[in-house]
Amino acid sequence: MGGLEKKKHERGAATNYITRNKARKKLQLSLADFRRLCILKGIYPHEPKHKKKVNKGSTAPRTFYLIKDIKFLLHEPIVNKFRDYKVFVRKLRKAYGKAEWSTVERLKDNKPVYKLDHVIKERYPTFVDALRDLDDALSMCFLFATFPRTGKCHVQTIQLCRRLTVEFMNFVIASRSLHKVFLSIKGIYYQAEILGQLITWIVPYSFAHDHPTDVDYRVMATFTEFFTTLLGFVNFRLYQSLNLLYPPKLENKPEENELKQDDEEKYAMDSESYMEKLAALSASLARVVSSNEDDVMPDEFPADGENAELLEERQKEQQILEKQKKLFEGMKFFLNREVPRESLAFVIRCFGGKVSWDKSLCIGAVYPVTDETITHQIVDRPNLDKQFINRYYIQPQWVFDCVNGKTLLPVEDYFLGVTLPPHLSPFVEEKDGDYIPPEKLKLLAIQRGESTYECETQSEEEEEEDAEESEDEDMDEIEKQDEERLKNMETQKVKGKKLNVKVTAGTVKVENKTQASQREQAEEKRLAIMMMKKKEKYLYNKIMFGKKRKVRETNKLAAKRKAHDDMLKAEKKKSKKMKSQ
Amino acid sequence: MAAESMSAPGKANRKGGQTKRPLPGLEEKHQLPIFENSGLDKDEDGGDLTDSEESIFSGLEDSGSDSGGEEEEGENEDDDDSGVEEKSMKDKFSKRDVKMSEVARKEEGERNGKLDESDCSLRLEQLGPTPLGDEYEEDTSDEEDIRNTVGNIPMEWYKDFPHIGYDLDGKKIYKPIRNKDELDEFLDKMENPDYWRTIQDKMTGTDIRLTDEQIDLIHRIQRGQYGDAKFDPHEPSVDFFTHETMIHPVTNHPAHKRSFIPSLIEKEKVSKLVHAIKMGWIKPRKPRDDTSLFYDLWAQEDPNAILGRHKMHVPAPKLKLPGHEESYNPPPEYLLTEEEKLAWEQQEPEERKLNFLPQKFSSFRAVPAFSRFIHERFERCLDLYLCPRQRKMRVNVDPEDLIPKLPKPKDLQPFPTTQALVYTGHTNLVRCISVSPSGQWLASGSDDCTVRFWEVSTARCMRTIKVEGAVRSIAWNPNPVHCLVALTVDQSVIIVNPCLGDKLLYNATDQLIASFEKPEEEPVQPVEWTAAEGEAFDEGFRLIIRHNKLVKQVTWHGKGDYLATVIPDNGNAQVLIHQLSKRRSQNPFRKNKGMVQCVLFHPIRPFFFVATQRYVRVYNLLKQELTKKLLTNCKWVSSMAIHPGGDNVICGSYDSRLAWFDLDLSTKPYKVLRHHKKALRGVAFHRRYPLFASASDDGTVIVCHGMVYSDLLQNPLIVPVKLLRGHEITRDLGVLDVTFHPTQPWLFSSGSDCTIRLFT
Repeated sequence: MGGLEKKKHERGAATNYITRNKARKKLQLSLADFRRLCILKGIYPHEPKHKKKVNKGSTAPRTFYLIKDIKFLLHEPIVNKFRDYKVFVRKLRKAYGKAEWSTVERLKDNKPVYKLDHVIKERYPTFVDALRDLDDALSMCFLFATFPRTGKCHVQTIQLCRRLTVEFMNFVIASRSLHKVFLSIKGIYYQAEILGQLITWIVPYSFAHDHPTDVDYRVMATFTEFFTTLLGFVNFRLYQSLNLLYPPKLENKPEENELKQDDEEKYAMDSESYMEKLAALSASLARVVSSNEDDVMPDEFPADGENAELLEERQKEQQILEKQKKLFEGMKFFLNREVPRESLAFVIRCFGGKVSWDKSLCIGAVYPVTDETITHQIVDRPNLDKQFINRYYIQPQWVFDCVNGKTLLPVEDYFLGVTLPPHLSPFVEEKDGDYIPPEKLKLLAIQRGESTYECETQSEEEEEEDAEESEDEDMDEIEKQDEERLKNMETQKVKGKKLNVKVTAGTVKVENKTQASQREQAEEKRLAIMMMKKKEKYLYNKIMFGKKRKVRETNKLAAKRKAHDDMLKAEKKKSKKMKSQ
Repeated sequence: MAAESMSAPGKANRKGGQTKRPLPGLEEKHQLPIFENSGLDKDEDGGDLTDSEESIFSGLEDSGSDSGGEEEEGENEDDDDSGVEEKSMKDKFSKRDVKMSEVARKEEGERNGKLDESDCSLRLEQLGPTPLGDEYEEDTSDEEDIRNTVGNIPMEWYKDFPHIGYDLDGKKIYKPIRNKDELDEFLDKMENPDYWRTIQDKMTGTDIRLTDEQIDLIHRIQRGQYGDAKFDPHEPSVDFFTHETMIHPVTNHPAHKRSFIPSLIEKEKVSKLVHAIKMGWIKPRKPRDDTSLFYDLWAQEDPNAILGRHKMHVPAPKLKLPGHEESYNPPPEYLLTEEEKLAWEQQEPEERKLNFLPQKFSSFRAVPAFSRFIHERFERCLDLYLCPRQRKMRVNVDPEDLIPKLPKPKDLQPFPTTQALVYTGHTNLVRCISVSPSGQWLASGSDDCTVRFWEVSTARCMRTIKVEGAVRSIAWNPNPVHCLVALTVDQSVIIVNPCLGDKLLYNATDQLIASFEKPEEEPVQPVEWTAAEGEAFDEGFRLIIRHNKLVKQVTWHGKGDYLATVIPDNGNAQVLIHQLSKRRSQNPFRKNKGMVQCVLFHPIRPFFFVATQRYVRVYNLLKQELTKKLLTNCKWVSSMAIHPGGDNVICGSYDSRLAWFDLDLSTKPYKVLRHHKKALRGVAFHRRYPLFASASDDGTVIVCHGMVYSDLLQNPLIVPVKLLRGHEITRDLGVLDVTFHPTQPWLFSSGSDCTIRLFT
């Protein structure tokens, strides 16, 4: 056998991967810089299929990067900027040490900065790609926007985050693309559909954070650096697509201007208040070309057979969506000061409602409490002293439930001081076999247009209760009858002992054919399962285990619900009895 | 230059302005508090200064009062402020160094003399409002010292002494005699109008009546006012200097010559800068980039920009969307109960199914901030850049597809399906059963030391034979001509004629046994053959073969003349083969490998199967050699059966496996079936139908269709067709033996519940 000796680990999978340390050495970067570069360029470790082969026979836990990725990083201009920055820091420290203040100033002026434009273009070659990855960017920016202006990170970053998030929210309002809102215990989830992409983000409740110490803020700051750039470009493009001015300008309506002018002048400088006015979310944005809102109807093509059905369905969905977009149109809301203003204003405006609040609460109030045309006032306190007759006083959950239900729900359940119905997650899509809470069923019924469902169920429940009561009485009667019968039987037995033994004709056991066949089939299946190969049997058992667990969980939830309902019913009965006594 | 420096605020209090020039000493006092001291000392000391004091203070004096020193002023004015400071410090030290030299001292003496005068006048000016003599009167610090010299110590230390301290002469100061009791105190309080303003001096122990002024002072302090009633905190401030630049210089010095000559150093510096600019080393400051940060990045979307990288890209999975349980007001069934909460808290954070506790809030305003929000975002960040990604194909398998498609049991009939008869009568577990070749009789041996013979079709017990021990194995002679049953009881094998069925037949068998003639020379045998006589003969016993160890199994050769026994503890003679017609026994093997579990004769050919714990060895009895060694892959073989064709063997094992060997195919099992949940006790082949059955400790008998084709290329087909239940599990034992009816597709099984069951 001639030829060169084949060495191990010089071909195949081993040559495609590189460990992190080796990659770092190749790039001549410190670990911190390497990490930052990976974050910015979106390079992540890969899990090789055969770890041992790639790891040259060792089983030590290592992270592997694709060697192509690392080579790709070699030519990155940002790497040079990192090095420049290191030099800059060294020079600056020296100047500080020597107390050469002019040098310090000069150095600071020439601080090396890098731009991330090319990175974004490279990572997201098309706009849709960028939209697809917007979830984390939005969540992060919304979080950073709530940080205090001191400490954890640069003030500029926080301000930029705030600006970008406000711009994005304004865009969502303008495009009316919000679909779902969910009040969770973690924060508020929003879901919007932009260019066919579902974008979900979470906004923390606006309280001060207690900053954890076991979190590396540098990593978060690096991510935010990238995310802000991405969000900025996305915002620009989105504004452009709607013919809106960027940076956003508020639409000037002469009659409103006069109203507001005086108190705004007192408030702050123009440049400062503008941002806040934008953040108030109460006014619409200026457009490049004042568009007259005529929707371009998509051309209709004649469709055949199966396609027609699909098309019809799609049209129906479209109609529902259109309807949802105009959910709050023509309504005027007023927010009391104890409700979270920003989220409610955002949601209401997204669906075409008008919203205002107390003038002292925030800039941008459009009308005062005393406005007669207000239809809904959102209040989150047990009761209110002064109430106007011609408006509903409701709790904030109504707004969110309406949005998720895609219809205006009855306000009665959401009046002040009323125990609220559960707030359900709009993100759950139940498949058959999953547990569906009864509230969801109710909602689905309302969506289908069966508005009477609820009343019916209620009346049914009451009837049931009555029935139960009567049943109790019935039971007593039945028991009595039974006792009598038993007595009769006993007497007969006593008599029977005296009688001769009698052979009674046996009854023919009627076998249920379907049951028998079912049993047979089950047994067949059981026998077939016996003959499975070991591997397949393992897989089969795993699948079946998962299925069984799911069923168990569903049953558990249902049982819990039933116990809860029973308890409520019992309490109701008790209170009824107490009242009657 | 002098005028310029004056206008600078930093230097304002160093020099007096022209308009409102304060006295130099006064500012000095403001600037350096040490000065006051020195001045005071000088005042006290008057003219006679000691050497040391003079030299110390002279240095300070010089540095502070550089405005007064004409020589230094000129120099100082050229430099800026910091320079002055440094210089003065240097001066101070240099002066100290020089203090030994006489000349310097003299000079300084002169200077100090001058200064002293001015300083004195200064003090007088400053203390203008208060007369000089009063100074000592108000100074109360000395007064106390005079009265009691103990110093500033807690007076409790003198509690137990009659005196309270010492006066200046060192004599004890005695405590004033105090014999006031509560009553006196009270009377005093009632009668003395000045009681409220009397306090006790702790130093001397005397009572002091506070004066009106003192009380006034206390009141003022209590009210938070200034102690001095005359002090006006709001008097209008008087500027020392105007903010306007005056035309006249502050000092009257003529300008120095140096101020008219252009500076060489400056020139040098400027030329350097010019050179640097010429060479391009210094660049003009770049204008700030004011262009907007963002623009339309995706203006031209180039499809070519989508590289291979993007196709290979594994996008990070999106976060899971929240379910109902995350709501601030979830449906009640999603809230955790107390036990679930406890369990949740005890779990490791990584193991928890939910990373939060579901909670219910009555209203939206009650919802607090989520404390782990930043953590969660951070963890997401870590996942994005640290978590290795891999593309995984998720197979969406329908579990039904995994089940193999087998021929339907219905098509493989006949096989036993239902329990038809139960043979009851035994009082202990039934270890072994055997069916007569005609299929009419069933023999069973039990631990209750009986052997019973049943009629198969009626479940009637025809005969019961008592033996001396538990019956471990029973076997009906396969030859239909003989009517004999072999059974093992303890150390012996008993050949029984059950005397059932055709009378001619069993009489013929008896005659055959009786016709045996002893050979002349008795061969040496490992066992002892005896013919039964008398009562035992009436019972049915014909022959007894006594071994010297416990016999475990007995099995007949197909022709019914030979029978093999297994004696596990018998060293090298674990297997013995007996010939009935000649009443001869022999040990076929010189040496036994392993513990023999069971043996079998091949139905047609002269092969002999010996199963040890793990292997089955196949010997050729004619050639007297080992032909095959089958590897069962089991831990402990319990039973063995051979297909009537003779090419297939099944082995049951205590580790609940059944191994099917195709002898033509390989020495390894063709198929291993793990159908049972517990140890297998018995296996059996049907003689006619393609059926085999296995009995297990889990109380079940599984009947399988085991078709063997005559075509050598086609592998046997094995399909489980029926799972038979009926036997109850007692003492962890289920079904102990299983056997088929020789002609019908019927199955007999004996169990530990003392019954035998027939399945048809």
